[in-house]
Amino acid sequence: MIRLEKRTQPSGYWTALSPILAVGLTMIVGGFMFWALGKPPVEAIRTIFWDPLFHPQFADYSRPQLLVKAGPLILIAIGLSIGFRAGIWNIGAEGQYIMGAVSGAAVGLAFYPSQSVLLFPLMVFAGALGGWAWAMIPAVLKTRFGTNEILVSLMLVYVAENILASASAGWLRNPEGMGFPGSRNFKQWSAVYNAELLTGTGMHWGVAAAFIAVIAAYVMMARHIQGFNVRLTGEAPLAARFSGVSPAWIVFLCLGVSGGLAGLAGLFEVTGPAGQVSIDFGSGYGFTAIIVAFLGRLNPFGILAAGLLMALTYIGGELAQLMLGLPGASIQLFQGMLLFFLLATDVFTNYRVRMLRREAA
Amino acid sequence: MNRRTLLASAAALSLAAGAALAQDVPKIAFVYVGPVNDGGWSQHHHESAMEMKDHFGDRIEIVEQESVPEGADAERVLTQMALSGADLIFTTSFGYMDPTINVAQKFPDVKFEHATGYKTADNVSAYSARFYEGRAITGYLAGAMTETDKIGYIGSFPIPEVIRGINSSYLHAAQANPDVEIAVVWLNTWFDPAKEADATQALLDQGADVVLAHTDSTAPLSVLEKAGAYGFGQAADMAEFKPTPRISSIIDDWAPYYIERVQAVLDGTWESHNVWQGIGDGMVGIGEFTGPIPEDALTHVTRMKEDIASGAYHPFTGPINKQDGSAWLAEGEVADDGTLAGMDFYVEGVSGEIPN
Repeated sequence: MIRLEKRTQPSGYWTALSPILAVGLTMIVGGFMFWALGKPPVEAIRTIFWDPLFHPQFADYSRPQLLVKAGPLILIAIGLSIGFRAGIWNIGAEGQYIMGAVSGAAVGLAFYPSQSVLLFPLMVFAGALGGWAWAMIPAVLKTRFGTNEILVSLMLVYVAENILASASAGWLRNPEGMGFPGSRNFKQWSAVYNAELLTGTGMHWGVAAAFIAVIAAYVMMARHIQGFNVRLTGEAPLAARFSGVSPAWIVFLCLGVSGGLAGLAGLFEVTGPAGQVSIDFGSGYGFTAIIVAFLGRLNPFGILAAGLLMALTYIGGELAQLMLGLPGASIQLFQGMLLFFLLATDVFTNYRVRMLRREAA
Repeated sequence: MNRRTLLASAAALSLAAGAALAQDVPKIAFVYVGPVNDGGWSQHHHESAMEMKDHFGDRIEIVEQESVPEGADAERVLTQMALSGADLIFTTSFGYMDPTINVAQKFPDVKFEHATGYKTADNVSAYSARFYEGRAITGYLAGAMTETDKIGYIGSFPIPEVIRGINSSYLHAAQANPDVEIAVVWLNTWFDPAKEADATQALLDQGADVVLAHTDSTAPLSVLEKAGAYGFGQAADMAEFKPTPRISSIIDDWAPYYIERVQAVLDGTWESHNVWQGIGDGMVGIGEFTGPIPEDALTHVTRMKEDIASGAYHPFTGPINKQDGSAWLAEGEVADDGTLAGMDFYVEGVSGEIPN
C-alpha cells in the first residue's frame, strides 16, 4: 500500500527535480498524443525541443527569437514571483502589460515625430508608470476595503483590453492609416524603435531589462531586508506582523513591483517586436508568465530557465505545426501538460511516499 | 558548339528540369488568425485553401498555421515559413499587414498575398472582397422584412470595411422601406458567441426585428430563431438555420482567387497587385433566399444581384449625403474605390456616432 506523508519541510531535492521530471513526462505523454494524431512522435518532440536551437535551416533565426519571446515572460514573471512569495496573487499582469504599452506609446506619440534622445527613456518611464498605476488599483482596494486582489486584478485585464481597443481604433490610431485600427509603427521611427542592441542576437532593451531584473530580484530576495519581509509575510504572516512589517506596505510593494515590471515589458514589446499599438497587442504574456513563475519555482534563476523553456515550446511548437502539420490546439495542450505535470510532481516536494507492507489481518 | 554537345546539353537540361520539378514543387503557405474550425473567417480561408489544394493535387505542397496572433508572433511565423522554403504565403487577416511587409523585405524571392489590407510591395499583393455588394442585398431584404421599421447591426471593429457594410445595408434597407431605422452595436471582436448573443438580444429589446451581423459566429441566428426574428448567414451560408431565421447569406469564397494566384506562380507569371473582387468575380457569394420573403422583394434582389455582378449597378450610387447632411455623391455619381477603402463616415439616415 502506498501512503503520502506530509513533510515537515519542503524537499529541496524534489523542488529542483520536479521541473525536470515534469518536462520528461510531458515529452512522453505528449509524444503519445502526437502518435495518436498520426504524427511521428519522436520527430515531433525533436522539432519542438531541438530544431529551434540546432536545425541548420532555422536555428540562426530562431535562437535569437528565443530571447525575444522569453524576454517579456521573464520580466513579468520576476515581478509576479515576488508577490507570490508573499502570498499576494496578482493575476492581472496581462492588464498591467497592456496599460504599460498604451501609456508609454501614448507619451511617445504625443511627441511624434521628435527625434530627441530623451524620448525613449521618457516612454520607458511612462510605460513602467502605467503598469504600476494599473496594479495600484487592486492594491488600494485591498488595503482600504479588503477586496480580493485576485478578482480585482483579473477583472482589470478586461478593462485594459477595452482601453487598448479604444486606443488602437481611436485616440492612438495612425492618422495615415486609412481609417484602419492600429497606431503608427514604431519600427519606422528610429528615435524610439527598440531595435536589437547587437544585430542578430535578438537582444533588445526588454531582454536586457529581464536579465537585470533576474539579478536584482535575486539580490533583493536573498540579501535585502525587503526581500526578507516579503518572504516572512508569505511564510509566517503573524511573525511578520509582530516584527513590525506592515501588511499594507507589502501589498503595495509587491503589486507595485509586478505592475511596474509588466508595464515595462509591455512598453519594450510595443516599441520593439510588436511595433505598434493594435487591438490584438495583448497576446497572453501576462497569463503565460504565471506559468513561468511557477515553473521556475519562484526563484529568479529558475524563472530565467523556465522563460527560455516556455519560449522554446512556443517557437518549436510553431515549427512543428509548419513542418509536420500538427494542429495548433495540440501544441497548446502540450504546453498545458507541462504545467499539469509540474503541479502533479509537486506532490513529492511536500509529501513523502511511503510503501507500507500490508499487515496480516 | 557542335550538334552532339548541343543535344547532350539539351538532354541534361531537360533532365535537370524534370528532377527539379519532381522534388521542388512550389510550397504554398497559409496563416490564419483563428482556429481552422471557427465556423467563420479562418475556416472559410482554410476550406478555400483545401479546395485549391484539391485542384492542383501533387503539383504543389501546402502548409498551414492556425491561431497565429497578429503582431510580433506573426512576423516570426512568416519568417520561419519563408526559411522553410515557402514560395507563396497567404496571410489571411488584416493585422498581418505590417508583419507581411516587414518579412517580405527580408525575402525578396518569396511571394506574399495579404488579405484585406492596403499595403503592397514588389513581392506583396493585397486582395480583398467587396462585401458591401452582398450587404446591399441583405440590407434590402432587411428593409423589406421589418415590421417594426427598425433593423439592428452588430458591428465588429469600427474599420472602413464594417462602416461600408453598415452604410450599404442602410441605403438599401431604405430603398425597400423609407421609414427604416438602423441601430448599431459595436463589439470590438470578430468572434465571441456570448457577446454576439447578448448584442442580438439587446437589439431585439430595442425593437429591431431583423438583425445583420458583421461578426462570424452563429450565435445571433440562435437568438433570432427563439425570438421569431430574421437574420443572415455571415462569412458562411449557415444553412442549418434555413429557412428561418436565416433568409439569405453572404458567403466568403476565396477558392477561385487562390487557384488563380497559385496557377500564376506555377506559370511564372505572378506579379504584385491590389485587387478588390465582388459578386461578379465570385469572391462574394449570396446564399439561397429562403423564408417568407415577399415576391416583389425577391424579384428585386435577384435582379440587383445580377446588376451588381455585371457592373450595371454600384451599391454606392448618388444622390447620397453624409450623415451631417453634406453632399457626398451627386445624382448618378458612383463612389470611387479610394473613398470606399478609407470610409470613415456614416451616410445620411444612420444615427449614432462611429466610436473612436
